[in-house]
Amino acid sequence: MADAAAETDDAAPEGEASDQPMMFGVPCTDERGQTVLYPTREEYPDVLALAAADGFELCVDLCAVDALTNRSRVVPAGVEPERFEVVVNLLDMRGRRRLRIRTQVPADDPQVPSAVSLYPGTEAPEREAADLFGISFSDHPDPSRILMPPDWVGHPLRKDYAIGAIPVQFKAVEGR
Amino acid sequence: MSTATTPVRRPADAVLRISEEAALAAAVVDETEASTAASDTADVPSAQSDTADEPMLINMGPQHPSTHGVLRIAMELQGETVLRSKPIIGYLHTGMEKTAEDLTYLQGPTNVTRMDYASPLFNELVFCLAVEDLLGTEIPPRATWIRMLMCELNRMSSHLLFLATNGMDLGAVGMMLYGWKEREEILRFFESVTGLRMNHNYIRPGGVAADLPDGWQADVEHILAVLPDRLEQFDTLMTGQPIWRDRTQGVGVITADEAIAMSATGPLLRSTGEAWDLRRTMPYLVYDEVEFDVVVGAYGDTFDRYAIRLNEIRESMRIVSQCLDKMPKGPYRTEDRKVTPPPRARIDESMEALIHHFKIFTEGFRVPPGETYVAVESPRGELGCYLVSDGGPKPQRVHIRAPSFVNLQSLPHLMYGGLIADAIAVISSVDPIMGEVDR
Repeated sequence: MADAAAETDDAAPEGEASDQPMMFGVPCTDERGQTVLYPTREEYPDVLALAAADGFELCVDLCAVDALTNRSRVVPAGVEPERFEVVVNLLDMRGRRRLRIRTQVPADDPQVPSAVSLYPGTEAPEREAADLFGISFSDHPDPSRILMPPDWVGHPLRKDYAIGAIPVQFKAVEGR
Repeated sequence: MSTATTPVRRPADAVLRISEEAALAAAVVDETEASTAASDTADVPSAQSDTADEPMLINMGPQHPSTHGVLRIAMELQGETVLRSKPIIGYLHTGMEKTAEDLTYLQGPTNVTRMDYASPLFNELVFCLAVEDLLGTEIPPRATWIRMLMCELNRMSSHLLFLATNGMDLGAVGMMLYGWKEREEILRFFESVTGLRMNHNYIRPGGVAADLPDGWQADVEHILAVLPDRLEQFDTLMTGQPIWRDRTQGVGVITADEAIAMSATGPLLRSTGEAWDLRRTMPYLVYDEVEFDVVVGAYGDTFDRYAIRLNEIRESMRIVSQCLDKMPKGPYRTEDRKVTPPPRARIDESMEALIHHFKIFTEGFRVPPGETYVAVESPRGELGCYLVSDGGPKPQRVHIRAPSFVNLQSLPHLMYGGLIADAIAVISSVDPIMGEVDR
């Protein structure tokens, strides 16, 4: 995984202000040996396509993170931190390396292009992220709730979704 | 190489994309309405103009005995042939990832252990590995070997449970008893080590909760002594039996490309001949110091998935017997006082030690800010934990990459074009644990 971090893409823009390492044209960091990329929403589909072409054939996982209460989050220079992040973990089975892609998603327009056409295995994880975080994945073939009931209001894994917000109804016992 | 970009090669899109309400409506209304509901949502091939031949939509589950818990599958049936289908899940969703955000790192394993209840130790392991990665804590060798020993025993018990349920699903009801019986031998050992048969909370950040009890070698040797004969019996009862082979061979076939595209891992991926086992390909713990073989199939069918699990029990036994020989001496948890409470004797003589002990168990220890993804090979596939810390004593986000949840997506592709009786065999061969699927 370490050599994946060192590998920089030719398409990286020239004259980058800092010595920020780049991979597939987006900022890249090394988190204790794990390679992490930080594309914008617009760059995200291209980065996925480049990664798939580079041998990352298996999309292991896709999940979302709500950073509303996280005050110690660190993103590399040049990346605009937003409330939500969509985190994709890719796996190169031949090269035996992993890659993580953290896409920033703003709270006022939580929308991300879907990866299902490229990685069909992200269908259920994307539905889960949409269900629990309210992030909509455009062009998703089946954007319905997956874990919560279809008529559920709210997105439970958001940090501002209070625990115990559902009123418990007690029935009166006859004869008391 | 670029197999992920290859579309899943199936005659039609096997996934039935229909809302839960529509599926429910099709099930409760009368037959004519049901057929219109089905044809509304499904672009049925126009060749079948006769109404009697129109596909029917049925809901299997969530209380069907062979759906392994509360899995519901909306199926489009043409006679007895399954066309498109859609697994509908969420009946066991209890918001465990939300709960995890409100528990300290020391309490975390109690929560995650309840996700995959057939292999609880793997959940604890992956959570603890993630916490330790953020902490940067070194784990003493004995703790690592104990973890490996317990996990391999857990893999055996989980696969024995699979053999039991898989046998019962396909009509070998006797297997139900035999599988559970052998599993009980292992659970008995777990009880003597951890105090509980399931949901152990045994693997904790920094090591394990307690050292192995006196005489543990004899207990493990007993398990290793009795199991080979029993596995031979399973071979006689199922592997070589013509009925069993007829029911499983060539049923629910998936190719390696399809499996990779659907993000399938574990026995489902290995049945296609892809030798991908994280224990071998990306070793964690000390799997690079033990000898074992990665079991792979060739045809990607239900029989291969059964045979892989049966033989993985044998490989796990090899690892367990090597753990017996190589188990090092020493502490069973890290001496790092940041994570581990002071020893009991110190508490009696030092007020500071008492306060320290109290603080670790009430407030919890703080984990440096950061995020990490750690994966282990659970009996069902790649079990991952994505952990985000903000520097406090409770995690910001705990996401468990549950192999059953992801593998369940392959179900429509495996069942497409097969008989409804084979659908049972296919569901069973994916071995989903609903606690992990719904979390």
